[in-house]
Order: sequence, then C-alpha cells, then structure tokens
Amino acid sequence: MNPAIVKAVLDSPLSGVFVTLLAYRLALAANRRCHGHPLSNPVLIGVLLVLLWLWLSGSSYAQYMNGARFIQLMLGPATVALAVPLYGNLARLKRAALPLLLSIGIGGAAGMVSAAGLGWWLGLEQPVLVSLATRAVTTPIAMSLAGGLGGVPELAAMFVIVSGILGAVLAPPLFRLIGWHDDMLLGVATGVTAHGIGTARVFHLSETAGAFAGLAMGLNGVFTAMLLPWLVRALGLG
Amino acid sequence: MMRCAMAGDGMLDLMLWLLGYQLLGEVVVRLLGWPLPGPVLGLLLLFATLWLRRSVPATLQRETPRFLGHMSLLFIPAGGALMAYGPLLRSHGWQLALILLASTLATLLITALALKLLLRGRHK
Repeated sequence: MNPAIVKAVLDSPLSGVFVTLLAYRLALAANRRCHGHPLSNPVLIGVLLVLLWLWLSGSSYAQYMNGARFIQLMLGPATVALAVPLYGNLARLKRAALPLLLSIGIGGAAGMVSAAGLGWWLGLEQPVLVSLATRAVTTPIAMSLAGGLGGVPELAAMFVIVSGILGAVLAPPLFRLIGWHDDMLLGVATGVTAHGIGTARVFHLSETAGAFAGLAMGLNGVFTAMLLPWLVRALGLG
Repeated sequence: MMRCAMAGDGMLDLMLWLLGYQLLGEVVVRLLGWPLPGPVLGLLLLFATLWLRRSVPATLQRETPRFLGHMSLLFIPAGGALMAYGPLLRSHGWQLALILLASTLATLLITALALKLLLRGRHK
C-alpha cells in the first residue's frame, strides 16, 4: 500500500481508539462464544489483539497511545462510579468495617512483600524489585509510586496488567475449588490482588463482589501508597 | 424517539456526576498534597454524598451498571506497553512470570483467609 496512506492512518489518533474498541468488541464476542470461560477474559484477549495489530502494522506504542489514551482516561470516572454499588452494600459494609480494613491491609502487605521478596530471592535488580512491589495496585498509582521510589513506571504498569489478568483468571475458579462461596470474600481478595481488571471480572459474576472489589482496590491503593515508601527505605532498596 | 433521547441524557448526566467528583478529588489531593490518587478520593466523596442523602439518584442507579459493565475496555491500552519490554522478557520472562503467578495466588489466599478469620471472630 501507499506509504503515505499507511503513515496517515497510523499517525491519526482515531486509529488507536478504533483498534482498541474493535479489539474489545472481538474479545467480548469470543468471551460469549466460550460461555465466559476465565481464559477468554476480555482484557487478556483484547490486549493480545492490540499487540497483534502493533506487530502487523508496524505502528509504535507511542503512535497507538496517541489515541488510546482517551480510552485510558475513562479509568478515573470508572473508579468514582464504584461508589454506587458500594453504597448498595452499605449494610454489609457497616457490619464488617474493621475486618475489611484489616484484611485489606494484611493482603496489601502480603502482595508487596511476596512479589518483591521472590524477586530478591531470584536475584533481580533493584529497580525491577521496586516495580514488582507495586504490582497489586491500580495502574496510575503503581506508575507514580514506581517513578517516585526508583522503580520504572512502564515496567510497573506491565506487572500490574499481568497481575490483574492472572488474578481475574484465577480467582473465581480458585474460590470455587476451595469452596468459599461468599461474594464479599471473593470481591475483597480480587480487588486487593488484581485491582481494576479483577474488579471488572467479578463485577460480571455479582454486583456485590464487584462493589467490594472496588472498595478493596481503592483502599489497597491508599495503603500501598503510604506503606511502600517506608518499606523501600527500611529495606534500603531505593 | 423520546426514550432514546432520555437514555442519551442518562449517560450524559452520569458523566457529569463522575467527572465532577473526580475533579473535586484531584483538586483536593493536589492542594493538600495527599498521597491518595484523585479518583479514589472522588469515590470516597461520592460514597459520602450518597450516604448523607440516604438514596441513590435515579440516573446513577440506572446508568452505573451499564458503564461499569464495560470496565474491561479501559485496561486494554496499558497492555500495549508489553511490546516495549521484549529484551527484559526474553532474559527474565520465566522468572517474572513465576513471581507474578506466585504472588498473585499468595495475595488472593492471604487476603481471603484474613477476612474469613476476622469475620468468624466477630460472630462469636
């Protein structure tokens, strides 16, 4: 094809928006075709399709994000919107406020320590370790934390996405296997472990699980933002 | 026709609510220098508003599930960044995959177990 046309298409912010929406639409169709099987997770398939597009078209990540960042921008309003289902669970929230806060704190600490600890044991470098420690919080928090503490923001974003997909894929079957059938339990654990991607997944299973996942994601982000700088200094990683 | 227009207004009103609270959150966080992300404070402020009002406005009640039902879409762009890490993934890919898998499983189980034990303690 005419190189001028190819360049015009790749440089337009519209192609990033269009490709993302199309990848999501195809991923949804695949997810429905597979009757919602965890491995047909829409984020997982959507990301793979976008990577395929980047590879086939020769488009750079910067060119793609030129448009795709408008979609990413909606993550803020989506986070705010989680207040609505959360309010719907006000009664349960009131009854279990202290256990919720404590378990989210414990889970958040476990998330940071397990990732950074394993990385240290396997001999990875310090910027990678700091980035690993942020893997359980939502993308914008992870990126700003990693950047401020001597990690690599883009690496943190990658760990966050992979963890989110892993958590979203693993949590529901794992809980079924163990026989824990409480939507609150599933929601909180998924929110702490797999932030927004996990929240999006369990929201489809039950609105209650989604609401608690959103709460857990938000609070874990806050805890991590306060704890991690202190932890990095204490361990001398920064 | 009429119903169509109303549905469109619903999404518009939802965006005004959400962007308004996010903006409020961002401004407060920046002015006070809190380590909290703006959208998370926005979530807490909207939650506090609903609590004080003791009800959810009809627009929010109706439109929020429709909006959140497509939350997965919003995470796809960041996944494209994977492309930029070819070299690191080739040299340390297996180690990193193993770490993320183990840490994800550990965090899921520890969080759920902690909550289960803490809730049991309360019922007694």
